[in-house]
Amino acid sequence: MSDTATEPVLTTRDGRPLKASLAKALRREKLRALVLIAPLLIFVLLTFVAPIVDMLFRSVENSIVADTLPQTVVALKDWDPASDQAPDEAVFAALASDLKVAVKNKTHTRLGSRLNYEKTGISSLFRKTGRSIKKMNEPPYKEQFLKADKKWGDVSTWQTLKQYSPRYTDGYFLSSIDAKRTADGIQMKPENEQIYLLLFGRTLMLSIAITLACLLLGYPIAFLLAQLPLRTSNLLMILVLLPFWTSLLVRTSAWKVLLQQQGVINDFLVWIGLIADANRLVMINNQTGTIIAMTHILLPFMILPLYSVMKTISPTYVRAAKSLGATDFRAFWKVYFPQSVPGIGAGAVLVFILSIGYYITPELVGGTSGIFISNRIAYHISSSLNWGLAAALGTMLLAAVMILFVVYDKIVGIDNVKLG
Amino acid sequence: MKLKTTILAGTALALLGSSAFAADMTIVSWGGAYSASQNNAYHKPYMAAHPDVTIINDESSSEAVAKLRAMNEAGNVTWDLVDVEAADAIRLCDEGLAEEIDADTALAPAPDGTKASEDFGDMIVSECFIPQIVFSTTFGYRTDKVPEGVEPPSGACDVFDLAKYPGKRALNKRPIANMEWALLCDGVAYEDVYDTLETDEGVARAFAKLDTIKDDTIWWSASAEPVQLLADGEVFMASAYNGRLFSLIEEQKQPVGMAWNWQMFDLDGWIVPTGLSDERKAAVMDYLFFATDTQRLADQAKYISYGPARASSAPLVGKHETLGIDMAPHMPTDPNNAKNTFVNNYSWWADYRDDLDAKFQAWLAK
Repeated sequence: MSDTATEPVLTTRDGRPLKASLAKALRREKLRALVLIAPLLIFVLLTFVAPIVDMLFRSVENSIVADTLPQTVVALKDWDPASDQAPDEAVFAALASDLKVAVKNKTHTRLGSRLNYEKTGISSLFRKTGRSIKKMNEPPYKEQFLKADKKWGDVSTWQTLKQYSPRYTDGYFLSSIDAKRTADGIQMKPENEQIYLLLFGRTLMLSIAITLACLLLGYPIAFLLAQLPLRTSNLLMILVLLPFWTSLLVRTSAWKVLLQQQGVINDFLVWIGLIADANRLVMINNQTGTIIAMTHILLPFMILPLYSVMKTISPTYVRAAKSLGATDFRAFWKVYFPQSVPGIGAGAVLVFILSIGYYITPELVGGTSGIFISNRIAYHISSSLNWGLAAALGTMLLAAVMILFVVYDKIVGIDNVKLG
Repeated sequence: MKLKTTILAGTALALLGSSAFAADMTIVSWGGAYSASQNNAYHKPYMAAHPDVTIINDESSSEAVAKLRAMNEAGNVTWDLVDVEAADAIRLCDEGLAEEIDADTALAPAPDGTKASEDFGDMIVSECFIPQIVFSTTFGYRTDKVPEGVEPPSGACDVFDLAKYPGKRALNKRPIANMEWALLCDGVAYEDVYDTLETDEGVARAFAKLDTIKDDTIWWSASAEPVQLLADGEVFMASAYNGRLFSLIEEQKQPVGMAWNWQMFDLDGWIVPTGLSDERKAAVMDYLFFATDTQRLADQAKYISYGPARASSAPLVGKHETLGIDMAPHMPTDPNNAKNTFVNNYSWWADYRDDLDAKFQAWLAK
């Protein structure tokens, strides 16, 4: 402790440097705070972050080939996919011994469905070969495999197998942007299979359109709500909240009844003679249907943040502007509107992010031109079981939202968002 | 002390009771009229004979494949028996999510002693699949919207004839059946349909045929949609499951007729999930033995117009339970309806489904 006496370092009473002591006290403080929020933190980590990370991880995970056919994968290392020859006997012998284990564990068909996502026909190749593998006891195996199914002599079958033998793959991500890896590098898929970029683009455009529509319809309502006396505005507020509390499916079905060609709106227009019976408007099963139904469903998410921000804007500012000679419009535009921007920001972000992930409403009213990327994600999760591709598409969507969020922060500033 | 003993004893007894008697069996199916028919034909008589068993109906068959996989990964399978389409059964079997079942040892023979595997015959399309009904995807049309002086449509090919039958159509939003119909109606012979679809030109030809009606077609994804579209008069013609059309025509008395030509047969049946405890598996196999015997399958046809999958059940099909009409003429398998049919080629679709689905959705989106 003699050093401290000579140097001008502040110490506490017990002789420790003040800085260290303060840090220690703060650390204890932080630790206590951490312990207090620990239950919530662990809950969020376990039930929210972990499943998402696990799902996203599936977009690159591909250990099924190496796990099911370990010896074949090793034997294939020396085979050149560019050569026009199927591999030699050694690889087939390894495949035979791998497949025997796989058939016993019933994992060969699972591998078949996995590889069928990449190359049509592999599913039945594995199912078929699995049935005849028991009879293959003696070498040479190559002939017996070719006899079981001639696709084993096909170079492209082996190219697929080799390409997907590493434990991690970029194949799902390439698929999610309509590309694939071929012998000559990464290429776009043939035009009649390209769909995901189109859907990403459409999801983005429709979400922006829905957000703008919500803003145009929601701003005047929120303005009205904020101006009216409390008794009337409460009544109006219930009208805003009532659809908000109604089931999503009920509201979507109601739009079907209203918008379809034999529906209420068309019937009315024909009845008043505005349109001919033969030319009924097509307002559903297309993009119009999606925009109308989703705007209605998401409208409360725009009105509520706008209203709570507008409620805090003091009327004296507008009054002051008017007393200084501003017209009604100028007072609104120069004084009132800028103060309501944080509400617009919050509402727009909320509506946009909700709409970009919607799938049930587009599925029901969107037809073919009004469906979103999430409809394909749902298909791959629940129907084709291609969870890897679903995870890759989901990751892309998440990344797109985050990039837009950063862009939004740069342009508008996230501090400028207020929920109330 | 005495109270404590009583409580302990009571708890022990309750625990014992719950493990010995609470034989809850969760059976997953499609809901609606179909679940009701199973409830009447299978569940009620089984529970009457086994008062200790409670059958819980779960209506999530439409997402069964994904849910079973998730349950299997989590190591907690809560379903005992699942009703799925044959194509999904093959998929689940491939994924190792469904138990392989030997029909002859697990299922009842026909009354005349024919082995179950022969009684079901070709209907057993996968080792894991226990067939239950034959249903078909066929066409319904509005009888009041048929143009004057034109005979009503008879089948799938009339969908493509916009000149003769103007109006909107509704088709299923997936390639299965639509691709085959397109080729059949474009003049491809029945035997060559799948060979043609394997080539790029064949796929292009099918899409070209579908292109002729694309602008006039509403694509459905839930099986209740086409029936609703017909009832609302939104479409002139729609492909739908024949049981749904039956209830629209006979139960709801809507002006809709059936066009059976080139109906596509499909199968629906049971799978037993893998990962059940021995006890639960034994219980469910007992139920399965009962619910798939000749009489039970014939009974189901009293409530819904789907054909029983056993050959020996067909002669036992009688009248509708409440309407009192003869059910046989409404079965997809009735000779009058089954003049031209085609059978979904499951193993072919298992290979080509991923590829053709991508192409079909890309075609739809354009």
